Amino acid sequence: MSFWSRHKIFETNSIILVLGVLIVISIGGLVEIVPLFYLKSTIEKVEGIRPYTPLELAGRNIYVREGCYNCHSQMVRPLRDEVERYGHYSLAAESMYDRPFQWGSKRTGPDLARLGNKYSDDWHRDHLKDPRAVVPGSIMPSYPWLEQNELDAKAIAQDLKVQATLGVPYSEEMVKKAENDIRTQANADDPNTADLAQRYPNAQSRNFDGNPQKVTEADALIAYLQMLGTQVDFKLYDNKANVR
Amino acid sequence: MAQAVAPSKGMTFGEAGSALAFAGLALLSIIIAAKAYTPEYAFHAYLFAAASVAATFAIVNRYYDRPAQLPPQTVGGKPNYNMGPVKFATIASVIWGIAGFTIGLLIALQLAFPALNFDTSWLSFGRMRPLHTSAVIFAFGGNVLIASSFYVVQRTCRARMVGDIAPWFVVLGYNFFIVIAGTGYLLGITQGKEYAEPEWYADLWLTIVWVAYLLVFLGTVMRRKEPHIYVANWFYLAFILTIAVLHLGNNATIPVSLFSPKSYIVWSGVQDALVQWWYGHNAVGFFLTAGFLAIMYYFIPKRAERPVYSYRLSIIHFWSLIFMYIWAGPHHLHYTALPDWAQTLGMVFSIMLWMPSWGGMINGLMTLSGAWDKLRTDPVLRLMVVSVAFYGMSTFEGPLMSVKAVNSLSHYTDWTIGHVHSGALGWVAYVSFGAIYCLVPWLWNKKELYSMKAVSWHFWISTLGIVLYISSMWVAGILQGLMWRAYTALGFLEYSFIETVEAMHPFYVIRALGGALFVAGSLIMAWNVWKTISSGQEAEEVSQATQPALIAAE
Repeated sequence: MSFWSRHKIFETNSIILVLGVLIVISIGGLVEIVPLFYLKSTIEKVEGIRPYTPLELAGRNIYVREGCYNCHSQMVRPLRDEVERYGHYSLAAESMYDRPFQWGSKRTGPDLARLGNKYSDDWHRDHLKDPRAVVPGSIMPSYPWLEQNELDAKAIAQDLKVQATLGVPYSEEMVKKAENDIRTQANADDPNTADLAQRYPNAQSRNFDGNPQKVTEADALIAYLQMLGTQVDFKLYDNKANVR
Repeated sequence: MAQAVAPSKGMTFGEAGSALAFAGLALLSIIIAAKAYTPEYAFHAYLFAAASVAATFAIVNRYYDRPAQLPPQTVGGKPNYNMGPVKFATIASVIWGIAGFTIGLLIALQLAFPALNFDTSWLSFGRMRPLHTSAVIFAFGGNVLIASSFYVVQRTCRARMVGDIAPWFVVLGYNFFIVIAGTGYLLGITQGKEYAEPEWYADLWLTIVWVAYLLVFLGTVMRRKEPHIYVANWFYLAFILTIAVLHLGNNATIPVSLFSPKSYIVWSGVQDALVQWWYGHNAVGFFLTAGFLAIMYYFIPKRAERPVYSYRLSIIHFWSLIFMYIWAGPHHLHYTALPDWAQTLGMVFSIMLWMPSWGGMINGLMTLSGAWDKLRTDPVLRLMVVSVAFYGMSTFEGPLMSVKAVNSLSHYTDWTIGHVHSGALGWVAYVSFGAIYCLVPWLWNKKELYSMKAVSWHFWISTLGIVLYISSMWVAGILQGLMWRAYTALGFLEYSFIETVEAMHPFYVIRALGGALFVAGSLIMAWNVWKTISSGQEAEEVSQATQPALIAAE
C-alpha cells in the first residue's frame, strides 16, 4: 500500500475526515493561546491599574458603539518614532480589564493609548462635535449627537456585576453605588467625589462636557478618553523588572 | 384541499417541530421586545418575532400545499437534486454583493470627503465600515459559499440534499442573521471585535444556523453514491467546521441581561487580542480561503473540462493549509504587548504558509494545461484563472508583510487595506463571479449566459478597478509608514500626524475611483444574471454535468 493510497481512509469515511480536520486545526490555537493564561510573564506586575469607573466604562461602551477602533489604535509599539510621538509603549497590564480589547489594526487617525490629559475637555468637546473646527485637515466624522444624548446608564450596575463575575475586581459596594457614581464623577462639586476617588484611585471628577443640565454621552466618552494611558506612572515604572 | 383527503399525508417531525419552535421563538421575541432596555434592541426583537411568525406560517402553508409524499430521492434513476435553496442563495449573493461594494465605495469616499458622513450617527464611518466588511465577507461571500457548497455536494455525491425544511432554514436563517447584524451596526449594536461585530443574540442565532448547515452538508456527504469524497468537499467541510470552532471561541460572551443587547467577552486584554486574531486571521483562512478553494477545485475543472492537475498536490495542499493557517494569527499583533514568543511563532508559520498557498495556486492554474486557449474565448474561465493568480499574489504579499521588520512599517497603514483588497476583490470576488456565471445557466437550465460580451466587459472594468485600488493603497500605505517614522536632520519627527492624513487625500480619491469601477462591473453582472434567467435560451436537456475527474495522471 503506497503512502498516497493511505489517504483513502479520509476520503471514504466522512467522520474520520471530520475528526482529522478538527485535530489538525486545534493544535496551533492550543499551543499559542493556552499558555497566555498561565504564563505569569504574559501580564506585567504594575502599580496603578484599576478597573474603569462606571462613567469611564459607559464612555468606553460608546467608543465601541461608534466603532472608533476602526480608525484609532490603542497600542503604542516600542519603536523610536512611536514612543516619541505618543509616549511610553503600551503594557499588557494596561488593557487587562478591557472587554473587548481595543488595540485596533488601523491608524487612519492617531493612536489613542496615551491620549489622557493631553488635551483639555473643551478641546475634546469641540473636536467631537466638529473635528475640522479644531483640526482643519481632519477627516474624522462629526459626532454632534454625543453632547445632546443623555447617557443611558440605568443598567450600569448590571454591567459591573457581569464584569465582576468575569474576574474584574468590582466590589459589591462598587456595584451598588455604580449608578450614583456616574452622576458623582460628572460633577466636580458633588459631595461624594472623595468617596469615589477612594474606590477608584486617581479618578477625575468634573463636568466634562461643560453642560451642567444633564450627564450626556459626551461626558462619558470624554471621561474615558481623559483617563486613557494615565494609570501607570512611568516615572516610577521599572521596565527591567518585567523583562519577558 | 384535495390532497388533505389522501390518507397517508401527515406532518413530518421536521415540519411540526420547526413550526412549533418558530412559534415559541415568536412568543419569546415579543416578551423580549416588551421588556427591552433599548429601543434598538426592541426593534431587533420585533424583527425576530415577525420572521418567526412568517416562518411558522410558511411551514404550515407549505405543508397544506405539498403532495402527501415528500420529493423522491431519485427520478428516473437520476438523483432528484434540491436546487431551490441554491437558487435563492445565488440571487442573494448577487444582491448583497452590489450592496456591499456600494457601501465600500461610500466609506472610501467618506475618507476622501468627510462631509459624506452627513453628521448622522448611522451613516458615520465607524458604523458603516463594519457594515461594509460584513456585507462583502458574510453576506456576499457567505451566500456564494452556501449556494456553491449545496450545489457541489449534491453533484459530486450524486445525492439529493439531506432534509426538507433544513436546507431552507440554513439559507433563509443565514440571510436573516445578515439583516440582524447589518441593521445592528447602523443602530450602534456591536461587540467591537473586527469581523465579529454582531452581538450575543445574533451570534447565538448564527450558531443554530451553522449547526444545521454542518448537518445538511455532512448528511449529504454520507448519502453519497460515490466511494470517495471529492476534494472540493474536504475544503467545504474544513471551512464549515473551523468557522464553527472560531465563532464559538471568539464570541464567548456573557450578556448583561436577556433584555439587553450588550454583552462582555470572557477574555480580556492581551488574551482577547490573540483570541480575536486567531479568529480574525482564520476567518480569512477558512471563510475566504478554504471555502473559495473548494469553489476553485470544482468550478475550474468543470469549466475548463480538464481534471484537477494533481491529486497528490491536493492532499498536501489541504492538510498543510489547514494546519498552518491556524498558527498565523499573531502576525496581526507584531510589536504589541503580546509576548514575543507568540509573535515569533505567528511570523514563522505565516512565512511557511506561503508554500501550501502556492501549492494550491499551482494546482488550480495547471488544471488549465491543455486548455489554455479557452482563456481567449471564455471570459468566465478568465475570471476564475485571474482570481487564482490574484490568490497567488496576495498569498505572497501576506507572508512578506508578516515579517516583523516589514510589519513595523506596513502595520496600521493603508498597505494592509490594499493587501486585503487584492485578496478580497481579486481572489474571493473573482472566483465568486466565475462560480455565479457558471451556476446561473446550470440552475435555471439555460444553454448559456445571456451575454458573454457583458462578462468580458465586467472582467475588464473591474480589473481596472482593482489595479487602481491596490496600487493607490500600496503607495498610500508605504508613504504613510515612511512619513510616520521620518526624522529631520536635527533628530525631530518630521511630520505631525495630520500632515500624514492630508497626504493620503489623492490616493483615497483614486481608490474610490477603483471602487466605483468595481461596483459598475457588479451591476453589469446583475443585469446579465437577470437577463439570463428571464430570457436566456433554454438548454436542450437537463445539463448532464458530470463529476470532474479527481485522479489526475499520477
